[in-house]
Amino acid sequence: MSGIGEVTVGPFRPERPLDTVEMMLNMGPQHPSTHGVFRMVLWIDGERIVDVEPHIGYLHRGSEKLCEGEIYSEIITLFDRLDYVSNFNNELVFCMAVEKLAAIQVPERAQYIRLILCELNRIASHLLFYGTFGLDAGAMTPILYGFRDREKVQSLFEAVSGARLMHNYFRIGGVKQDLPADFRDRMTWLLGELRRGVDECDRLLTFGEVFLARTRDVGNIDAQTAIGLGLTGPNLRATGVPYDVRRADPYLVYDRLEFDIPVGDRGDCWDRYYVRVQEMRQSLRILEQALGQLPEGPIMAPVRRILRPPKGEVVAHAENPRGDFGVYLVSDGTDKPYRVKVRPPSFCHLMALKHLLRDCYVADCVMVLGSLDVVLGEVDR
Amino acid sequence: MLGNLKGLLVTMREFFRPRVTAQYPKEHLPVAPRFMGFPVLTWDEKVEEPYCTGCMVCVRYCPTQCMSATMKDNPLLQEGKSKRRKIVDEFEINLGRCILCGICVDVCNFDAIVMSHEHELSVFVRNGNRVDLERLLEMGWEHQQKVGWKPSGETGESKEEKAAV
Repeated sequence: MSGIGEVTVGPFRPERPLDTVEMMLNMGPQHPSTHGVFRMVLWIDGERIVDVEPHIGYLHRGSEKLCEGEIYSEIITLFDRLDYVSNFNNELVFCMAVEKLAAIQVPERAQYIRLILCELNRIASHLLFYGTFGLDAGAMTPILYGFRDREKVQSLFEAVSGARLMHNYFRIGGVKQDLPADFRDRMTWLLGELRRGVDECDRLLTFGEVFLARTRDVGNIDAQTAIGLGLTGPNLRATGVPYDVRRADPYLVYDRLEFDIPVGDRGDCWDRYYVRVQEMRQSLRILEQALGQLPEGPIMAPVRRILRPPKGEVVAHAENPRGDFGVYLVSDGTDKPYRVKVRPPSFCHLMALKHLLRDCYVADCVMVLGSLDVVLGEVDR
Repeated sequence: MLGNLKGLLVTMREFFRPRVTAQYPKEHLPVAPRFMGFPVLTWDEKVEEPYCTGCMVCVRYCPTQCMSATMKDNPLLQEGKSKRRKIVDEFEINLGRCILCGICVDVCNFDAIVMSHEHELSVFVRNGNRVDLERLLEMGWEHQQKVGWKPSGETGESKEEKAAV
């Protein structure tokens, strides 16, 4: 007897396991832990992640194409908006590329000013990472401490460049204005505050048992794979590879300064976190030396208002807080570039997700993404 | 357990520290002297006319094309009051579109445009942030009074030196 509406219930057979299927779960683009607009499609088997597919492009603004329609001095404003938590570092790389192409010699003082601001921005960026990583782990307090100290850096930026975030302060051939008169005093005060602040942040979170349990041996990656995937910056150094563009290919005046490159040993979330904390201390060390060496002199090389670099192509790269940030620039001899290609470190870091998240739990997925410290502004451009 | 207690010690200490936050709409933190708010036009009080001649250099250099300007013959030139042959006729900035980059100030040859400290411009009408010449000069005059602004010719220093303050 059979028919519609009749349900046949078979006998319970415990020897036959229940069939399970993998479930697809969309994480993002509005998920708060994705640090922007980023969508991960997770295939999960229970709580275990089987596969992950990152979807990017929600913040695509066509910056690279926009660059082709703007003159060189205007493009700096676009670079501010790529990695929007380390604006000075982005501006620097573009300026370096154009200066290399047009063979402009940047005055010493301008180089030191650039270096100081970039290192400060690195600290600000890492403090933001510190706060949000705490949030990802479920700790609400760290972000308050991180932002308290970051705020001091931002107000110094405001005093120097006139803007807290989108500075547009670096120029091709130098910087826009000289430092304010009270810069040295403020800087000395700020360095003390930051030193105390970083130590405090470190004490607050790093060796907490809960935090260690959430981050130790989560999202491990070995050096070989990390290099193969193109990881750079703190994420690569966490695996034990002491690669730092400031050392490997010194720009500005980094070759005159003494600093160590902190490395991790296991390449897990905790290592990635702790490398950044230690990097802040190294940045403070760099800042102290740079402030001592800061020379007097001009801040701007003689550059024409409408710059027309010679025909050619150039690559410049620098160590951003996130990693090796590169710019490839092609000039056709006019006042606008023919092509600008950005090599953002965060993009490569996202590509490592597939490797990092396999066999993780869903709850750890937030930690792993947080520990990579991606900024979607530079991923999507 | 010890690690967590050490962390708690840090938060305990915070009880005895001064407050660092400001209750924003009630309290306003002061902005830095160099703060770049919205661009405004300056007023030449000696001749009673704007510094701007409507030369459009700022319009051409603006990365977002947020402004427009036109120029006219200066009526005060015939009367012998002014030395400017041309003067701005219409000037409009879409402040909603402005990205506060300060390029217009850099390229201006007449000290006619400055970045004011104005940064709170919420309005109730849709196009309320498209400000015209009259409003720009009004905002500029407020800014001039507030910071004691002087054109670079009168202070005897170049524009770059002035900017370095």
